[in-house]
Amino acid sequence: MKGSLIILSFFVVGIILGFSRFLPELLIENDYSMYALYALMLFVGISIGADTSALSVIKKVKYKILLVPAVVIIGSLLGAFAVSFFLPYKLNELFGVASGFGYYSLSSLILKDICGAEIATLALLSNIFREVGTLLLAPLMAIAFGKLAPIASGGATAMDSTLPIVITASGKEYAMISVFSGIVLTILVPFLVPLVVELF
Amino acid sequence: MWIILGLMTAGMVIGAILRHNEKIIKRVNVLVTWSIFALLFLLGIAVGLNDELVKNLDSLGIHALVITIASILGSVILSWIVYHYFFRNHK
Repeated sequence: MKGSLIILSFFVVGIILGFSRFLPELLIENDYSMYALYALMLFVGISIGADTSALSVIKKVKYKILLVPAVVIIGSLLGAFAVSFFLPYKLNELFGVASGFGYYSLSSLILKDICGAEIATLALLSNIFREVGTLLLAPLMAIAFGKLAPIASGGATAMDSTLPIVITASGKEYAMISVFSGIVLTILVPFLVPLVVELF
Repeated sequence: MWIILGLMTAGMVIGAILRHNEKIIKRVNVLVTWSIFALLFLLGIAVGLNDELVKNLDSLGIHALVITIASILGSVILSWIVYHYFFRNHK
């Protein structure tokens, strides 16, 4: 929670400085966000590669565990489809946003490139809300929709930022499923976002 | 896009090689956090510099919330089905 608030403040401060143009010329002329993303991808890759726990879970639960990320993907896209009738955006744009599964940093940058700044901001906000919403509501979700619900809600964030709340809401037995599902989705986001925008 | 995928893959290979070096991995996790801070800051600047976006931030926010609620509900309802039929008897 605290982490999410700090991240949000960096975003808000950025907006304020950008809006007031209270910045060195260099930052106004150039957009360095892609480089920050490249760095992030490298470091996230390293931390995924170094993770020893996720793989061992598969041996125990076998194929069933793949249902979890699958359900997140299908469910998120179904949700996006449902709201496409009420919101002023194209279906493929909404699919792109929903395919972030909470991974706001990567999904918004990718969408900035293919769909423009407006959809990128939509994705950023929507996926931040997804992470924060999971953090706030996980216990209620576990009660109302079962112990996989917080993991499904967290999406890609289930591997790290929402993992603690998953453990709190569903129990530590679900930690490994959460990490596995989160990692699978995290890896899939850079593939799925451009794909769904292209396809629909 | 390929640069992003390539970097992530390269990272995974490096991570697998370094997996027993706890000190480095801890440092990398710190770097992940700071990269996110940097990225969100730069993204904020890009949004702030864009007058059209700033004007529409409030409606974008509400639309984003609607998309989030729908996506979460979709995921969570389907997860209930999987939980009920596949995970109930097993932890």
